[in-house]
Amino acid sequence: MAPPNSRRIDAPPPQPLRGRGLRDDEFRRRVSVTPWTPVLEYGWDTGLAIGRFLEGLQEGKIYGTHCRQCGRTVTPPRAFCELDFKPMDEWVELADTGTINTFSICYITWDMKPLRRPQIPAVIDIDGTTPRGGFLHLLGGVSGNTVEDIREQISIGMPVRAVWKKPRDRTGAITDILHFAPAGKRR
Amino acid sequence: MTRKIRRRVAVVGAGMSLFMRRALETGRELSYYAAQQALESAGVRLKDIEAVTMATAPDAFDGVHMKGEWLLDGAGGTRKPYLRAYVGGGSGVFSLISGWTLVASGLFDLVLVVAEEKMSSCQPHPQGAFLTIFDHTIERPLGPNLLWIFSLEQQRYMQTYGIRNEDIALVSVKNKRNALDHPAAQVAANLTVADVLASEVVAWPVHRLMVSPVSDGAAAIVLAADSIAQRLTDKPIWVQGVGWALDTSYWGNRDLSYPRYVEVAAKMAYEMAGLTEPRKQIHIAEPYDPFAYKELHHLEGLQLADRGKAPEDLAAGRFDRTGELPTCPSGGLMGVGNPIAAAGLMKVCELFWQLRGEAGARQVPGTPERGVAQAWGDLMQIGTVAVLGVH
Amino acid sequence: MSDRVAIVGAGTTPPRPLSPDQSFREMTFAAAARAYEDAGVSHRDIDSFISVCEDFHEGTSITDEYVPDQLGAVLRPVQTIAGDGIQGIATAFMLIRSGIADVVAVEAHAKSSNILRHDEVLAMGLDPVYERPLGVNPHYVAAMEMRRYLHDSGRTDTAVADVVVENRRRALGNPIAPYGAVLTAADVLAAALVSEPLRASMISAYADGAVVLVLASEERAEAALRPVWIRGIGWSSDTSALSMRDWATATYAALATAMAYQMAGIERPADELAFAEVDDTYAHKQLQHLDAARLTAPGGEPLVPVNRSGGSLGMGYCYDASALYRTAEAVRQIRGEAGRNQVPGATTGLVLSWRGVPTQTGGALVLGDH
Repeated sequence: MAPPNSRRIDAPPPQPLRGRGLRDDEFRRRVSVTPWTPVLEYGWDTGLAIGRFLEGLQEGKIYGTHCRQCGRTVTPPRAFCELDFKPMDEWVELADTGTINTFSICYITWDMKPLRRPQIPAVIDIDGTTPRGGFLHLLGGVSGNTVEDIREQISIGMPVRAVWKKPRDRTGAITDILHFAPAGKRR
Repeated sequence: MTRKIRRRVAVVGAGMSLFMRRALETGRELSYYAAQQALESAGVRLKDIEAVTMATAPDAFDGVHMKGEWLLDGAGGTRKPYLRAYVGGGSGVFSLISGWTLVASGLFDLVLVVAEEKMSSCQPHPQGAFLTIFDHTIERPLGPNLLWIFSLEQQRYMQTYGIRNEDIALVSVKNKRNALDHPAAQVAANLTVADVLASEVVAWPVHRLMVSPVSDGAAAIVLAADSIAQRLTDKPIWVQGVGWALDTSYWGNRDLSYPRYVEVAAKMAYEMAGLTEPRKQIHIAEPYDPFAYKELHHLEGLQLADRGKAPEDLAAGRFDRTGELPTCPSGGLMGVGNPIAAAGLMKVCELFWQLRGEAGARQVPGTPERGVAQAWGDLMQIGTVAVLGVH
Repeated sequence: MSDRVAIVGAGTTPPRPLSPDQSFREMTFAAAARAYEDAGVSHRDIDSFISVCEDFHEGTSITDEYVPDQLGAVLRPVQTIAGDGIQGIATAFMLIRSGIADVVAVEAHAKSSNILRHDEVLAMGLDPVYERPLGVNPHYVAAMEMRRYLHDSGRTDTAVADVVVENRRRALGNPIAPYGAVLTAADVLAAALVSEPLRASMISAYADGAVVLVLASEERAEAALRPVWIRGIGWSSDTSALSMRDWATATYAALATAMAYQMAGIERPADELAFAEVDDTYAHKQLQHLDAARLTAPGGEPLVPVNRSGGSLGMGYCYDASALYRTAEAVRQIRGEAGRNQVPGATTGLVLSWRGVPTQTGGALVLGDH
């Protein structure tokens, strides 16, 4: 039996709300659906700032840029200071170490498939930035699959170090860094 | 802003469709349901409407490029000045601001605002579309998903202020329970904190029952200029203040524990509304709650709770429907559903009904005179705020 | 409170087929820096910011996330109009008229060269149930429209070819236009057919570029060096369904120009306008748009100088930025800065834009020197 397609608000003036919800099986088998798979391909120009950043990654280095006016040193690098609205003044080679600003333990892929071995995304504050800041990456070098096990090994504020792909495998991409791993013993 | 606002604008009608996991109806049809109901409730016809503004979030969900054009027939926009303003998840409340701009400018006296979302078209799962919100060069290759940004932000918020997951779970409990009284609700339920924490961890610290659902749905309102509003209804609900602010895209450089962009937007709206003590002068709040912790995060940004203290206020009952400052009396996104743009406008509709005493079983006690609706979106970047009131 | 709003600054990067040395951010920053300098403002003086962009043009969903930095708009009021460039200008106009802002920046950019499958992007704009499954190239929509337009108007494809010849020649006199050329109508008509009667030569080639405009209220504009006043503005959207449109007539353009003319107090556009910049994404659209704007003589010639900039045929088609490029060109005309393509006595002009296949959305702007 089809579920009722309207319900009344119990407030004046009474107006039924419309909409016909479908169950999953109705959606997949009984209701006519027109499929389309888009083919959307882009080749994004990296430009000056990110182009150099990616070259740096291929060399095993993390670059940032510095603005003399506001005094910030930031990564990911930009060609212009977004606060002062002027070109950045110099390139800075940063360390490939940092600290964990925040992290999560994720058991689902981007297309909602379950993961037994979770991914650990994190924001890594890179050493040498002012104020401290950084970018999104993954944590690795951590054993265990449960939240409890993983939380014993990593925490906010903890020092981490980039683990790089072998030089010959690097292509000038953010994935030239395999992940960031805890740097040495904790305390 | 030191200039004087040209003229006052009021909400004179509101309507919405059901919020559903997957609707039989197309996006156009859902828009039509909401628009038609809003027009009827305002007592006006489509030909009286002079301009239309549409809010709908990523085109990737419906799988239609330039989907504003594709939807316009359902939103009453055919052969009218029609605009689509798009600020990600902030669009629902921003659609009110966009409509307000159309009327306050003096160009149009009567405007229809429609917000629609049909996420179910996106296969195999709408979450997949969110991959494409991340930076194409330095983030997408890591395979990020939407859960990451929420869980990273929630973790930072919890760590900074010592907030526990039990505190946050209470938002799911409150809102899903409030939603039992909302006729459009998709995921209303009677839950306990234990139920919420027993649900599986999707991306720690986020549990499944702390996440709002994927939804299809639409909402709509009618806006009118001053004198027209007063002719159309005895109880126009005035747009007293609007504000919006978008933070830098370099979110790894930001303090994730506090939504500064909401504060900036709120202050812009409060200044326009002439508010000096928001906690006293605002009687109902509809902050954006796509994940349970966001309600608390946003209440702090809205200056309605001290930083890090919203969970305490929640636990003390301050934000219950019968409390000092009812928040999400509608049931919010956690309870009613999250068809992205429509969810934000649903909050505006809720304030409209509440302030007119028409919210039925959801009605907050007393005679609330002023409410704030807020939405949020992008990479934890945008705050859109509207203050609505009976005067 | 004054009604008058002016464009007080315009900044562009020269449109070009490729721009590998600049990311979209860097390109937009360049245009914004020029616009703010032209307007004599700093980024902090700007009250509100508008970006005109579309997700599938960028390859990024919720593309407004990436707007504020290159405009100097961090933590400021920023919104995106997923629409036509003139809708973006209209929003700025209304923000100023409402009183909530005094100075507003409007931005659009195109990285057309970064879209590797243009036809696939365009196909996504067709209705997924009724239209897309037919598997037609979206240019066919423009071709069918051209066929019907020629049939109803009695024009020939030579008239369409003449548009290409004229616009690409004018582009030679526009220092920023990349596609200037000396062609004959025979050259145009000998080009490959894309979909009869539409030929490859009649379709504007893609280009990359960024445009930023700065608008200001009367109070603020009085202090600017060369304000160009917005006398009227209009926009309209007709149904995008292919099955329900009047193929020969650009109704959306007629409605948009009517709205703009009324606001500007223009009753005889051919007499009161000194020039027009009208969309020519496909060459026949120029003719169709002139008809809708009441700027075509009974014999078919335009009643005012048209597309002295070279149009999109000469400057390149820049997706969401096209309308803003044409507006910037119109601003140059009115300021008397159009060099070889200057129309003498160009004190008032029209900009007419179109959002492209398969939409029936367009905007109209009447600009003047007072």
